[in-house]
Amino acid sequence: MTASGVLQIVVYFLILLALTKPVGTFMARLFAGERTFLHPLFRPLERLIYKLSGVREETEQRWTQYAASLLAFSIAGFVFAYLIQRLQGILPLNPQHFGAAGAPPSATPVTPDLAFNTAASFVTNTNWQSYSGESTFSYLVQMAALTVQNFVSAAAGIAVAIALIRGFARQQMTSIGNFWVDITRATLYLLLPLSVVGALFLCSQGVLQNLHANTVVKTVEGALQSIPQGPVASQEAIKMVGTNGGGFFGANSAHPFENPTPLTNFVQMLMIFVIPAGLTYTFGKMVRDTRQGWAIFAACSVMFLAGVFIAYPAEQAGNPILAHHGIRSSPTAGQPGGNMEGKEVRFGIASSALFAVITTDASCGAVNGMHDSYTPLGGLVPLFNIETGEVIFGGTGAGMYGILLYAILAVFIAGLMVGRTPEYIGKKIEQKEVKMAMLALIATAASTLVFSGISSVATFDWDHSKYLNPPPATLKPAPASSVPPTANLNNSGPHGFSEILYAYSSATGNNGSAFGGINTNTPWYNATMGAAMLIGRFLFLLPLLAAAGSLAGKKKVPATSGTFPTHGPLFVCLLVGTVVIVGALTFFPALSLGPIVEHFLMYSGKLFT
Amino acid sequence: MLQQLMPAFRIMLVMTVLTGLVYPAAITGICQVLFRDQANGSLVAVNGRSVGSSLIGQNFAKPEYFHPRPSAAGNDGYDGLASQGSNLGPTNQKLIDRVKASVAQFRKDNPDYTGPLPADLVTASGSGLDPHISPDSADAQVARVSKARGIDPAKIRDLVARHTESRQLGFLGEPRVNVLQLNLALDQKP
Repeated sequence: MTASGVLQIVVYFLILLALTKPVGTFMARLFAGERTFLHPLFRPLERLIYKLSGVREETEQRWTQYAASLLAFSIAGFVFAYLIQRLQGILPLNPQHFGAAGAPPSATPVTPDLAFNTAASFVTNTNWQSYSGESTFSYLVQMAALTVQNFVSAAAGIAVAIALIRGFARQQMTSIGNFWVDITRATLYLLLPLSVVGALFLCSQGVLQNLHANTVVKTVEGALQSIPQGPVASQEAIKMVGTNGGGFFGANSAHPFENPTPLTNFVQMLMIFVIPAGLTYTFGKMVRDTRQGWAIFAACSVMFLAGVFIAYPAEQAGNPILAHHGIRSSPTAGQPGGNMEGKEVRFGIASSALFAVITTDASCGAVNGMHDSYTPLGGLVPLFNIETGEVIFGGTGAGMYGILLYAILAVFIAGLMVGRTPEYIGKKIEQKEVKMAMLALIATAASTLVFSGISSVATFDWDHSKYLNPPPATLKPAPASSVPPTANLNNSGPHGFSEILYAYSSATGNNGSAFGGINTNTPWYNATMGAAMLIGRFLFLLPLLAAAGSLAGKKKVPATSGTFPTHGPLFVCLLVGTVVIVGALTFFPALSLGPIVEHFLMYSGKLFT
Repeated sequence: MLQQLMPAFRIMLVMTVLTGLVYPAAITGICQVLFRDQANGSLVAVNGRSVGSSLIGQNFAKPEYFHPRPSAAGNDGYDGLASQGSNLGPTNQKLIDRVKASVAQFRKDNPDYTGPLPADLVTASGSGLDPHISPDSADAQVARVSKARGIDPAKIRDLVARHTESRQLGFLGEPRVNVLQLNLALDQKP
């Protein structure tokens, strides 16, 4: 590790800490319906939106209605996103003529399974990409289908988090808020202003923002090079602020047009965490005990910094096999050393490892280096972060409701140890809440592990494979042979298994980052991963809304000398322990077959062809 | 549930217009006025003709130019429409073979350089379009460029030093040299 690398991590954390209270206070006021400094600007627009949509602002919803609104909204988003993709050939703002006559020969066709996968991906805030943006989608798709879902899927996540917090904050009430009002406010007062400021800053540093066709230039040595163009900055900003992570280009935030300088990289990392970290304070504020919020912030910080200081040294140590070939792997004043495969020179090791940890602590999934080429331990940390359910600050809203699920489990375990009905924030945690928390955990773990298992061992005969999972063109099996989904991998041995495990973890966790060597643009992967994203979003979020409804109806019990305090270091340790132990118990066997065994094989010099 | 679908579609339509059309259009308008050059790709022109973007790497193979990192974008590398890394894992034989081939090629092209190779010089970047190399990677090529151009190596070193960007704000990212801009500066030197 280098001094400037460690300094960057420390400064990042301090700025995040400083932002948490002001942003959290703003959100607490916003969702309580109080006036904020942005109301003079946006209040008329907010009223207009309610009028156009037929929403009555003052009515509140029970949890069942809240959930129904959320589902209906997601269905509407899915239909919009699917249709715009499929119809891009006849819609405007398509200078490369994708899906129409005159499309470039290298363009990826938008098949029904790809459109399904992409729509599911963006509606669930996953933003897994089975495609490469610059060769697949028109500007209209990028703007009106993908950018829109970046906003509203993030807003929906925030809404659910706020609804669950209301469950703790209210007592003896049947309602938990109004979904339409919550998403409108989250979009207008929070996501849109942050995105406008972010987009202008990013563009000033070199991120594209235009509607031109690609520019073809003759390079210095005389070859032709296509320089891509497009409305990138506007999408880039909300991609980070909404912890969506779906890049305009295939290379995502590693692409110089998405993330041109170390400074934009630093700001993008802050954009990922600003709302999730702020929500911990919002939580404390809404339940009228800010210490509760800081306890959650502390638990997240411990896990975040632990991840950084495992991944960063692993990447800086580099690949011992390459060191045998006369390559310098230690850093000097003039080069970063370490594992530079898949990383950009402007970011080096520290900025890349930090970004990888942040993007997977949150459900962002943007990448500024290719995780597939990270060292085994450097790749293990992102993978494990995702498998905890992305609760280390987590996605916008999704992280908050995820960590509250673990808090419910933590006090339940503590309650079991002393034989007392557990309480959290003055609410008795009973059968219903624990059942719902476990349902959410089991559904998501099953989705990751079952789909990974099937894809690792299944084989299709040639006839089925042709339609279900066409193998790469380089592999030409005879019609009588069978083709497994593992034919789509870019690496073999344990690293190949990691590619599959990462793909389904990322889909189920709604992360969207990838061990990108795996080709998932086939009906088999598009369909199963689309299903994993829907399971990971809705079977996680609906049980928690049910818990919110149940909690809101309960009375607050006064704290007594026997109440377990949930704002001290003991609770922070218990919460961290619960997250790590549940994650480890569930996924350790799978992880040991992938990155863990690969780590030992790499140090013994074993290679796979 | 069904009665929720009507407001759902209506609000989705409103949000599509607001965040999918008005927002990107407004940002485009503002950026085209305030940051015209950046918004359109930071193109670099020589004698009025664009030769590339200062943010996008391009292939250089001639001995008189500094060479960029290996690239996995497209078949020949630095394909602007196929940004990607190699996605080869650390225990993949193909990765080790490719790096070995790059090392051998570099040693052949640069017989005067005998030190250990900087890691970035023989590894592929994440985007495949990395416009930079590390200062050490530039230094390793100075002897070759100086021979091919018949210029004093000290002068070339001086040029490299002037094109080296340091860490932003003193601690962000890594020192780096923009290959295209360095090569254009070489061409301008008589």
